[in-house]
Amino acid sequence: MKIDKQSNWYTIVYIVILVVLTGSALAYTSMSLKSRQQENVDRDKMRQILASLHVTAPKDSISARFGQCITSQFVVDSNGKRVEGDAFAVNVAAQVKLPDSQRQLPVYEATVADGSVKYVLPVYGAGLWGPIWGYVALDADGSTVYGAYFDHQGETPGLGAEIAKPEFCNQFEGKNMWRNDVLQPVAVVKKGQKYSGGDYVDGVSGGTITSKGVSAMLANCLKPYEAFLSSIKNSDQQK
Amino acid sequence: MSDKISNKSVLFNPFSKDNPVIVQVLGICSVLAVTAKLEPAIVMGLSVIAVLAFSNVIISLIRSTIPSGIRIIVQLVVVAGLVVIVSELLKAYAYEVSVQLSVFIGLIITNCILMGRLEAFAMANGPWPSFLDGVGNGAGYALILIIVGFFRELLGSGTLLGFRVVPQCVYDAGYVNNGLMILPPMALVVVACIIWVHRSINKELQEK
Repeated sequence: MKIDKQSNWYTIVYIVILVVLTGSALAYTSMSLKSRQQENVDRDKMRQILASLHVTAPKDSISARFGQCITSQFVVDSNGKRVEGDAFAVNVAAQVKLPDSQRQLPVYEATVADGSVKYVLPVYGAGLWGPIWGYVALDADGSTVYGAYFDHQGETPGLGAEIAKPEFCNQFEGKNMWRNDVLQPVAVVKKGQKYSGGDYVDGVSGGTITSKGVSAMLANCLKPYEAFLSSIKNSDQQK
Repeated sequence: MSDKISNKSVLFNPFSKDNPVIVQVLGICSVLAVTAKLEPAIVMGLSVIAVLAFSNVIISLIRSTIPSGIRIIVQLVVVAGLVVIVSELLKAYAYEVSVQLSVFIGLIITNCILMGRLEAFAMANGPWPSFLDGVGNGAGYALILIIVGFFRELLGSGTLLGFRVVPQCVYDAGYVNNGLMILPPMALVVVACIIWVHRSINKELQEK
């Protein structure tokens, strides 16, 4: 039987078969690589959390180092009460869109080399071209910044992308989150300007929108922790 | 005998005389974007070689069955499928690099070299020459990527593959990395320099 290759039926059947074959090949690839990919994503997240604590580890031992360093992980709500949930699995990107009272707020409690306790809080927001995110490590007083780590998906190299550089992140060290018993997340302001509401750091020159994004991200993501941070601040003072 | 010679030229012509980047000026977009460092340039080159070789073979194998009315769509489906597979493999086995390359692996689909080779070569030739053509053109592209990546990383960051090669004493003497090399415009300038050198060696390529 001779098939007419120009007929509509032939074309339709051909493309359907082709798409089904390609689709199953892709589905198979995706399924078989899923666990490995998830492992990579998790390991990268651990690396970022450790980076906010000034801890670095080679690729193979990140998991072990993370286990040593992070003594407990838990989720709190905006009243500072612990709630059910796996802190590591909380999708911060989805949480920041919810109203404060409904958010699940992950906290990573860490013990660093000198034996002191730190709290690492994840933040997530928007830069100029895409998402920006990071981790902020606070001292046991719930106020002083111990370290910060920021990263981005596609900010302009040399401008907005500078937020991921140590020069920018290290500015946060030693800044205070509380002023007059109100949580005032550290602000990012244009170089040379002053900010009266609380502690602040210099933005990236030429990366104004990204810098404002970092500022907004810190305000939006850390404010819901107010009750939780207030409780650790009080318990720290009683010691 | 004649078949052998043509296979050889199919494989090696794209390195210089028919180079897709510096002679045909295709695929420039990704050359600008991924060559700030040498490592992503190499991975990108290898990915393009793999996608180009296999899509050439697949299209060549099914070329007599493809209805001519939808041949571009068929080519796109094959290329897109392969690109997604490569991207998934990178995410599983070379996560850091895949983060650096981000959208550019996906954008291999729109790389003009691919569609160009599929239309011009694989639709008219058998699987083996098509495979060689894919490897040759992919390697020609990778070669330029690596040369550009080499100069940009060396001059822009003072490193190669992440290892410091410019010694500290040079910095102490007042040398600074050229930040401009990191930015995309310099990739264009480096490519232009390569084209300039290449054309002054191969005089037959110069336009009158």
